[in-house]
Amino acid sequence: MKIERRDFLKGVLGGGLLLAADPEPAAGRAPGKELPPNAVGILYDATLCIGCQVCVAACKQANNMPPEHTPGTDPLWDNPRDLSSSTLNIIKKYGSGDYPVKDTVDGYSFVKRHCMHCLDPACVSACPVSALLKDPDTGIVTYNKKACIGCRYCQVACPFNIPKFEWYSAAPQIVKCQLCSHLLAKGGISACCAACPTGASLFGRVEDLRQEAKRRLAMTPGESYDFPVASLGSKEFQSHKAGRYIQQVYGESEVGGTQYLLLAGVPFDKIGLPTLPDESFVALADGIQYAIYKGMVYPLVVLGGLIYMIRKGEGDKH
Amino acid sequence: MKERDFARVQERLDGVSRRDFMKFCTVMAASLGLPLADAERLAAAVTSPRRPPVIWLSGQACTGCTESLLRPTHPTLEHLILDLISLDYNETLNAGAGHQAEAALAASIKENYGKFILVIEGAIPVKDGGVYCMIGGRPFADIVKETAAKAAAVVAIGSCASWGGVAAAEPNPTGAMGAPEFLKGTTVVTIPGCPPNAYNFLSTVIHFLTFGKLPALDDKARPRFAYGRLIHENCERRPHFDAGRFAVKFGDEGHRKGYCLYKLGCKGPVTYANCPAILFSDVGSGSWPVGTGHPCFGCTEPGVGFHIPLHTQANLQHITPSAGHPPIAEPRGSGASVGAAALLGAVAGAVVGGGAMVFKNLEKEDEAATKDKP
Repeated sequence: MKIERRDFLKGVLGGGLLLAADPEPAAGRAPGKELPPNAVGILYDATLCIGCQVCVAACKQANNMPPEHTPGTDPLWDNPRDLSSSTLNIIKKYGSGDYPVKDTVDGYSFVKRHCMHCLDPACVSACPVSALLKDPDTGIVTYNKKACIGCRYCQVACPFNIPKFEWYSAAPQIVKCQLCSHLLAKGGISACCAACPTGASLFGRVEDLRQEAKRRLAMTPGESYDFPVASLGSKEFQSHKAGRYIQQVYGESEVGGTQYLLLAGVPFDKIGLPTLPDESFVALADGIQYAIYKGMVYPLVVLGGLIYMIRKGEGDKH
Repeated sequence: MKERDFARVQERLDGVSRRDFMKFCTVMAASLGLPLADAERLAAAVTSPRRPPVIWLSGQACTGCTESLLRPTHPTLEHLILDLISLDYNETLNAGAGHQAEAALAASIKENYGKFILVIEGAIPVKDGGVYCMIGGRPFADIVKETAAKAAAVVAIGSCASWGGVAAAEPNPTGAMGAPEFLKGTTVVTIPGCPPNAYNFLSTVIHFLTFGKLPALDDKARPRFAYGRLIHENCERRPHFDAGRFAVKFGDEGHRKGYCLYKLGCKGPVTYANCPAILFSDVGSGSWPVGTGHPCFGCTEPGVGFHIPLHTQANLQHITPSAGHPPIAEPRGSGASVGAAALLGAVAGAVVGGGAMVFKNLEKEDEAATKDKP
């Protein structure tokens, strides 16, 4: 079968007209989504983190997670190497040389990793059975084990490599941070923030956390500031000198924004946070999908074309 | 030190036994980090009749430094120290007073010109012509300047003499400053602490007596043997810090269990001193602030003690992080090398080829067997 130059051009023109008719083309869609009305999240300030890992211990306690022993190390201690099906939250260390000064590229820095609670979560989009859902009110990405079919699409979809699978279990589940939803329901805050001694992990409304982060970035290094501890509304403060921040709030715009925000003294790609576009992968995929299937026009055009070509071919035979 | 040599000096040591004396010298050698064999040299130096005297001037001080010097509790040690280091003038310990004491000071300075060790205790107020600390009708600042010029070595004892201490805390109404700042251009050994450990002072002086030079100093002119290590890195409670176990309030469960005091404002992570190693002046086991359950307040560190509020958390900038933290990304193996892959390929090829040959031969045998059959 041969497509005539004339037919091809006709098709292109038709497609162009359809795109032009689309009132909101994929490329023009605003990146990210609106914050849910009561979006809560965490602001992690690496310059305040002392690496004590009390948040890791508190998280395990709050979520009933067993300790984890890295093979070849002392089995007395809980010492996970990465997020896993029994570790929802972990402190990692970036370091070069012999660790002279904290929060410098030549020195060292800590970073706390757990679910980012994206505004436009790829895991939720990828989940075929809606086992992962974004709470419309608080924005927390939650997991429903009853719905999960164990396909692990969420693991592949997540740009931060967060969801973990219980490989050893006969009835495995996906495991990830759910921002201590069970504690929030009782009026509490996330266990990691409640335990943090310095206020490095700060719980609060995402809007307020964004403002707090901006305020910190605007300070001159060395300036004294009363850093709130545990949550933004708490009456507890710790006076510290402002660190040398990288002028970026990680999670403000990455993949459409996240509810877990980070500040650090070393570039984020060094502490394992990938450089990501402002537009979420979900928005990109959705844009393509919606453009293709909008009103079933494209599929109908393709179908019509196919029918036309087959008819034409059959006509030639006769 | 031989018994015969000791007998010559014993009279002047106020009845101290040779055994106690050698014990003292061994402690000194140990706190200086010297080999124990050097205890002999220390013993010879401190009993030499030509040992230089110590002149001790007190300015804006609480006398805590002098008191702590009297606290080492080896038997009759206070006499031993006073005699050993030949303390010619100390306003607290002088037998005489008033003009009599001042005359003794002048005589000693004259007699030991360029040979004595000057110890300064307390800050030096300079505002309004130094009128805020007068001794014998003269400003303390003038006395220090005049005496320091004639001394063989100048030692600032205590936080006040080292960098102003409590006297120089905001708003510093008397313009108090430490001796190194006041005597710019002169090497002033600082023995900060509030109060300082008497052994750090004694070890420094005896090092000078024995070797004729000052011990190695750090950038703040503190002897490295005593102030070379971060408290946090040598603290008995560090394992609790690394495990995230903190006392939150005085008397709470964590506090009673001896957890880390960081959350209560411990300045151990920013303070350099040997407190966790040698404790405080022989008071007894566990006798240093953190050992007794109180956060370190950073008395040996300029800009920390008396400058940062007691219960404000320290800014961790220079501590060595625990080796137990996982790295950002796990290191991965580099995969098979070309040689290893080639070798494996060759072995696999040989196995496949050999197998094929065996199979072929078996087939042949099989065919032959069928042919033979009728």
